[in-house]
Amino acid sequence: MQVPLIFAALRRHKSTTLLMVLQIALALAIVSNTLFIIQERISLSRRPTGLNERNLLTIQNVWANADIGPITSLAQSDLLALRHIPGVADATQMNSFPLVATGWREAVHLDPDPAPAKWITQGQIYASDEHTLSTLGIKLIAGRDFRSEEIAESDQKSLTPPAVIIITKALADKIYPNEVAIGKPVYLTISDDIRPSVIIGIVEQLTSPFSRARSYRETSILIPAHIAGKRSFYLVRSSEGQLTTVAKAAPEALLAVSHMRILSGRGAIRTFSQVRADAYRDDRSLAIMMGMVCVVLLTITAGGIVGLNTFMIDRRRRQTGIRRALGGTHRDILTFFLIENLIISIGGAALGVLLAYWLDIALMRTFQMERLSPAYVGIGVAVLLFLGMLSTLAPALRASQIPPIEAMRSV
Amino acid sequence: MFLYYIRLGLRSLRRNPVLTILMMLSIGFGVAASITSYAVLRVTSTNPIPQKSSQLFAVQIDNTGPKYNFHGEPFDSLSYIDAMALLDAGKAQRQTALYPVEVSVIPDDPSGIPFNARTYAVYSTAFEMFEIPFIYGHGWSTREDQDRIPVVVISRSVNDKLFKGENSVGRTIHLDGHSYAIAGVMDTWDPEPLYVDPSNSSSFGNPIELFIPFTHAVNIKLPSGGNVNCAKDPGNGWEAWLSSECTWVLYFAELPNEVAARRYHEFLFNYAADQQRSGRFDWPANVRLRNVEEWLAYHQVVPPEAKLSLMVSLGILISCIVNTAGLLLAKFIRRSPEIGLRRALGASRRSVHEQFLIEAMTVGLGGGIFGLLLILGIIKFVVGLVFDPSIARLVHATSGIISITLLVAILATVFAALYPVWRAARVEPTVHLKLG
Repeated sequence: MQVPLIFAALRRHKSTTLLMVLQIALALAIVSNTLFIIQERISLSRRPTGLNERNLLTIQNVWANADIGPITSLAQSDLLALRHIPGVADATQMNSFPLVATGWREAVHLDPDPAPAKWITQGQIYASDEHTLSTLGIKLIAGRDFRSEEIAESDQKSLTPPAVIIITKALADKIYPNEVAIGKPVYLTISDDIRPSVIIGIVEQLTSPFSRARSYRETSILIPAHIAGKRSFYLVRSSEGQLTTVAKAAPEALLAVSHMRILSGRGAIRTFSQVRADAYRDDRSLAIMMGMVCVVLLTITAGGIVGLNTFMIDRRRRQTGIRRALGGTHRDILTFFLIENLIISIGGAALGVLLAYWLDIALMRTFQMERLSPAYVGIGVAVLLFLGMLSTLAPALRASQIPPIEAMRSV
Repeated sequence: MFLYYIRLGLRSLRRNPVLTILMMLSIGFGVAASITSYAVLRVTSTNPIPQKSSQLFAVQIDNTGPKYNFHGEPFDSLSYIDAMALLDAGKAQRQTALYPVEVSVIPDDPSGIPFNARTYAVYSTAFEMFEIPFIYGHGWSTREDQDRIPVVVISRSVNDKLFKGENSVGRTIHLDGHSYAIAGVMDTWDPEPLYVDPSNSSSFGNPIELFIPFTHAVNIKLPSGGNVNCAKDPGNGWEAWLSSECTWVLYFAELPNEVAARRYHEFLFNYAADQQRSGRFDWPANVRLRNVEEWLAYHQVVPPEAKLSLMVSLGILISCIVNTAGLLLAKFIRRSPEIGLRRALGASRRSVHEQFLIEAMTVGLGGGIFGLLLILGIIKFVVGLVFDPSIARLVHATSGIISITLLVAILATVFAALYPVWRAARVEPTVHLKLG
């Protein structure tokens, strides 16, 4: 019954109504897109690596000596020293690990012909030993782990294809779909020497060292090797609750083995949760900033709606008074203004949905983002309708208190 | 008259403090968000060597073919074979091959702790090509290049650390068990972004601290500390590595003008075509010659986060302008009786325009000041949170930013005021006089 009346009223306040509609539409477009970006970034930064990330310490060791000769034996002493630290469950040496942002890939062939055209996919190479799976907490779902006598000691340039390898399930499904991959060969072009590497184990998951990897993220290969080089990584699993003590003791233990190394600087000693935080730092902080933007934008929009509503309602003091004098109840007045705002908000939301998708198309084109999911537009609409109601409530309540005598006064 | 309007404006703003504060907050926030994003975008997209960016070219040659290259683009670096062939041809005015190496500086003092220094192996021409400034000494000469002499150019910071800032030319430092004579000490040289090598590590990270001769680095078999791509296995040993198709050598050419650049591009194309004829490449010549700006654009050194936040904050600015427009409209229309009175007393529409525009400008100024405070706070606490520390360290509140902020705030408010002012000046004197 009130609705035709409201439309008549709105027609008399065209510009204010239009500004409110526009304001709500803009806020909706921005809020739904930023919420979507926040969700996207957060879910990106939570992607699993296949590791048990709790109680895991990472150490980047850089030898301050170019002589590769003694590095092999030094690294072995390092590992022994690390395993002797109280609270250490296991330790391993690797060339790379998930989210560390350095590593190398090899083409995977299924026949011995190394012609470039014949590779099937690429595998992320993790040089590992018989302690790697247990230290990292990677789940072996078929086959067996490496044995200590299988681990090659080599430098990068003289590395040859390993006789045995462990691969991820994703890689096994890719190269031997619908077959048992254990015991089957693959060919890695690690050197001129063409030799099959037999798959002896399959792990559930082990992802790429690159947090933003789009291709070859899940196809990883563990090879049994310690690669002697200037830079390598030690990963250490501590027993429950011992991570901080181990992190403190580890550099001391290593420096006791040899002084000629660099263990300082950003990224030298990190727990795995720090590694993850560093890898996804940009995404997390973008999400935080977008969150702040949303809150402030909504506050300002709400303030604007309160301001405009107060003004629109104030201008109709006299009409409101007349209505009261003619028998309109408090409730009538209150619902009148609330419904009026609802109509404006719905108009704004309708325009806002169009704007949101338009903005989304622009963002997709520039930043290769996913398509905006309707859920976020829905959330945005709900938030703005609620905000609109909330910011009308105070001025509308005040209006409902206008005494009928107001009608007698001139303005 | 101007001062009178300002006084009128201030009085009217005081009469309605909540509305005024709301408007100033709105403008302030919109401006702060957009100017900060703009500042970040600007530092990340500056030209690191404006006087020369169209004369320095990065060279790429596809030696892997379409199966391995990246959507048809050759790798960033060349194989050693190609780099040496180009150097021997010497077709550019100046040219250098370079690659990052990992070395540690070992202090003479046995109790000293070794440290890493960001190091590149280059030719002697690099110092002139990249316009590297010196405080002591200078780069080495072509003789040291030819004779593979272990010399080094160190940065000011390394010189401060090892020699307390004294002139250290002629003294020696130890890098991984080799000793090097210091040829020169660079003055602060920190091109942002680091155009010589955008693909290895962060382009806005720490500056290069040491330069050693390329020929010497190859002679002592220093491996590349950067990205290496091998389409075929290089085989064993250093000689095999050098004659492999692995790409790891960055290559820059200095070409004084467009004609020279065109000629050099032709030379590159013919070189690659020759390789195809000789059977080394079994794909058509695929080469790139990109000047510094094109090179940086190709590497997208501007973080997508910076562009994204600029877009979002522009949206916020628009939203804030609409918000302010609404509030100004409410404010001005409410004062219709006052306007009617002024008009009846002989004020022209024009003077009503002036009065209300000036009032809006004072709001804009207030919003601008609030926005400035916000920006200072954002730069201090938020930029470091949102962007990588290497970028955050470059963002400062310069006088340029301060004046742009105030200007944008005032312009935005005036823009928001256009319609409300026009409405205000349309008030008919008689209507409101009667009602009043």
